[in-house]
Amino acid sequence: MARDTGIGARVKRVEDQRFITGKGRYTADLNRPGQAHAAFVRSPHAHAKVGSIDKASAMEVPGVLAVFTGEDLAADEVGALPCGWAITSKDGSPMVAPGHPCLAQGKVRYVGDPVAVVIGETLSAARGGAEALEVEYEELPAVVDLDAAQSSDAPLVHDEAARNTAFEWELGDKAATEEAFAKARHVTRIDLVNNRLVPNAMEPRAAVGEYDSGTDGFTLYTTSQNPHVARLVMSAFLNIAPEHKLRVIAPDVGGGFGSKIYVYPEETVCVWASSKVDRPVKWTCDRAEAFLSDAHGRDHLTHAELALDEQGKILGLRIKTKANVGGYLNLFASSVPTYLYATLLSGQYDIPAIYAEVDAVYTNTTPVDAYRGAGRPEATFVVERLIEVAARETGMDPAEFRRRNFVTSFPHQTPVIMMYDAGDYAASLDKALELIDYSGFAQRKSQAAREGKLRGIGFSTYIEACGIAPSQAVGSLGAGVGLWESAEVRVNPVGTVEVLTGSHSHGQGHETTFAQLVADRLGIPMTNVAIVHGDTDKVQFGMGTYGSRSGAVGMSAISVALDRVVAKAKKVAAHLLEASEGDIEFKDGQFTVSGTDRSIDWTSVALNAYTAHGFPSADLEPGLKEGAFYDPTNFTFPAGCHICELEIDADTGHTRIVNWVAVDDFGEIINPMIVEGQVHGGIAQGVGQALLEHTVYDESGQLVSGSFMDYTMPRADDLPSFSLDFTVTRCPSNPLGIKGCGEAGAIAAPAAVINAITDAVGHEDVAMPATAEAVWQAIRKSPAREAAE
Amino acid sequence: MARKPIQFRLNGKDEAVFVEEGQNLLDALRRQVGDTSPKYGCGQGTCGACTVLVDGEPRLSCLMLAESAEGASIETTAGLAGAELHPLQRAFLDGFAAQCGYCTSGMLMSAKALLDRNPSPTREQVVDAISGNICRCTGYEPIIDAILDAAARGAGRRSA
Repeated sequence: MARDTGIGARVKRVEDQRFITGKGRYTADLNRPGQAHAAFVRSPHAHAKVGSIDKASAMEVPGVLAVFTGEDLAADEVGALPCGWAITSKDGSPMVAPGHPCLAQGKVRYVGDPVAVVIGETLSAARGGAEALEVEYEELPAVVDLDAAQSSDAPLVHDEAARNTAFEWELGDKAATEEAFAKARHVTRIDLVNNRLVPNAMEPRAAVGEYDSGTDGFTLYTTSQNPHVARLVMSAFLNIAPEHKLRVIAPDVGGGFGSKIYVYPEETVCVWASSKVDRPVKWTCDRAEAFLSDAHGRDHLTHAELALDEQGKILGLRIKTKANVGGYLNLFASSVPTYLYATLLSGQYDIPAIYAEVDAVYTNTTPVDAYRGAGRPEATFVVERLIEVAARETGMDPAEFRRRNFVTSFPHQTPVIMMYDAGDYAASLDKALELIDYSGFAQRKSQAAREGKLRGIGFSTYIEACGIAPSQAVGSLGAGVGLWESAEVRVNPVGTVEVLTGSHSHGQGHETTFAQLVADRLGIPMTNVAIVHGDTDKVQFGMGTYGSRSGAVGMSAISVALDRVVAKAKKVAAHLLEASEGDIEFKDGQFTVSGTDRSIDWTSVALNAYTAHGFPSADLEPGLKEGAFYDPTNFTFPAGCHICELEIDADTGHTRIVNWVAVDDFGEIINPMIVEGQVHGGIAQGVGQALLEHTVYDESGQLVSGSFMDYTMPRADDLPSFSLDFTVTRCPSNPLGIKGCGEAGAIAAPAAVINAITDAVGHEDVAMPATAEAVWQAIRKSPAREAAE
Repeated sequence: MARKPIQFRLNGKDEAVFVEEGQNLLDALRRQVGDTSPKYGCGQGTCGACTVLVDGEPRLSCLMLAESAEGASIETTAGLAGAELHPLQRAFLDGFAAQCGYCTSGMLMSAKALLDRNPSPTREQVVDAISGNICRCTGYEPIIDAILDAAARGAGRRSA
């Protein structure tokens, strides 16, 4: 029965029925009786003091119900948005992280920083009021350029943060690394820009806050990847309402990619304002606001060095990174350029000594936080560019150079915290080389040259740390939360099953994969399983979905809860079959007394668990429902090899990816179709970063690339076909052997693309995004130019 | 604000609503009619999430004034299935062409417009037809394959 839907089957998605018929229910689709609408007044300046705000100017607009400012929030003791991961600087001082007021308290620090909210009978009334609101600003000099922000004469974003520095952090053994470099035969040095990205989930953020004066309770419908964390932050830090009086519902969510992890000012203000006007308050973000107010991603400047011995073995690696955090240190922003970044600098390689220094730097720009991969794409870009350049400088084949330095025995302790538990890096490299016909590349390159095309090939043998994360480990590194996951399996009297999970699905297909696991274990049809998520009144608690954690951590919690349900069901079966509990075997939905033909099916056991007739009361409780909180024992380490082969038109600089091979090791796979979809989407975002997407501020801090007309999103004609394959080493750190797959593509892709372009043009001076113009410019200084002409 | 009565056919059914001056069709469909299948993605005609068919032509409903729909025949994803799923919907389901689902309605309508006028498109023509629709999740390949699959199943001939 479960064979077509079991673990490993390409089961079609349960959720697609509603998406293809237009019946998905996203936050903006929801309307509450009597709802009013919110429009935010945002700072037009990158840096300014906020003077007087003339509320009357907005209140005069017909249909405007209320205007609220930071003063009103302060009067109600609504707190500022905190950063939830404490980082300690190398001198032992704590990070400097002033909170982000939901509405400005005297000062604005980036264009788009919320200053006031106008509540209107209609959206147009609210927006009319927002336009009419007169706010006095005293403009201050802004600091926009990351490289200049730490200079002594730069304007200060926060008076508390000297040299605009939130922290100066280090990881690794400085002395040992210096020693490694001192004895190196060759040192490769590169400077890299990791370009700032705007996540741009297709569904803009939205919220409906609703206050019920009858119960003194609040409900927030919102576009969140982790509704319980939103509730916790709003309750514990923002003083909106205690947790038991605040229900957060994240219904269908149209993509997140990290940008919907955080608790934002707008959602918070909607909940708070609903009690002030005693009506539901709805806010829908428009795209221009999304560009300004959604947390951005990446934005690093890095100098990196690699030390090699005479045999091409890596002796050491060191980096110095400046990470732009924007105007405020966002909820998890401090962890991204530190523990999610520098801990991955060993890549797939056996590197004896690593030393990393990271400065987190404030600028008058939109805050930066996790975006698909969060720190790990930045690490992979550094490591894989270094490796490729080092191979070229020393005249070694890049595949061979990698192979020579791979970690080959496990567990492997890196010098930067992580303990790799399982992998076979040569296996994925070999398979990828075969799939792309590496040995035929030289011939393809010369053929392309004859047609005036520059052909290049680029590798990215990436690693990531997923399954985030062991609570003890992250707690010791400064996290304000534990990163376990919860599950509850409720069996109904008719044998159907509801699974409540703290993971949240916003495109990942949990309603399908999670149900596959349950159906497989219990031997029941998938149609008899419902996955419930995204509602704090239904699911007790959960940490949400990000960091490729839902399979490895969320499903592991379900797995443990299923074990407990089966154990309880065996007790019921033993009672019904008048056998000893230890003699009951459960397989394919049947409970059998071992060595006999006496059996009873799942449905009968479920029903009897609830009728409970004749249960010996002391030993056997009625009911069939079990829960679990699963805390992983280690991070998981998905890894693989992506190879990009591309052709550049030497006349126009236009890059066309002609072949993409990805061989990933995600451990056990529940649904290959969904995993392939995650890889496709991840590569698309990585290729977008490498070739197209660029966030540009002008000197005054205005976002120049603030729409889809200026910020180039990958479209259907920008992306190639991908050739995907897998190798499998089982993850030993969770019961299902899963490593996770959600971020791999975005992590691997940028380095593969840039390695291929630099291979094609014959030098290393190509920055992201490698637009046609940038590549055309690069070709002008290319030694390969003449070859093509 | 001045309100104006308009009538149009939506998925074969007569609708009569009051719309505000300057209100766009997307907003009118979602708010006044209650058909939330077309989605807001950018409000500037640059992402395709709001694509609907107006008298058979694909239109970005966020850029179209609601009052200009007077007398028109409008099709949205909510009306795409009859007793059974439309072949495009079936192909999207079988081919795993949706992830978060948010761009899906617009994709389906752009695809339908293509297949209605060209039942046997080339891959290039499919790519061209959806190049105004942004999907952030899939990398497009499953969507392109699904539209070609639907064409092979006769989706264009059925609805033509």
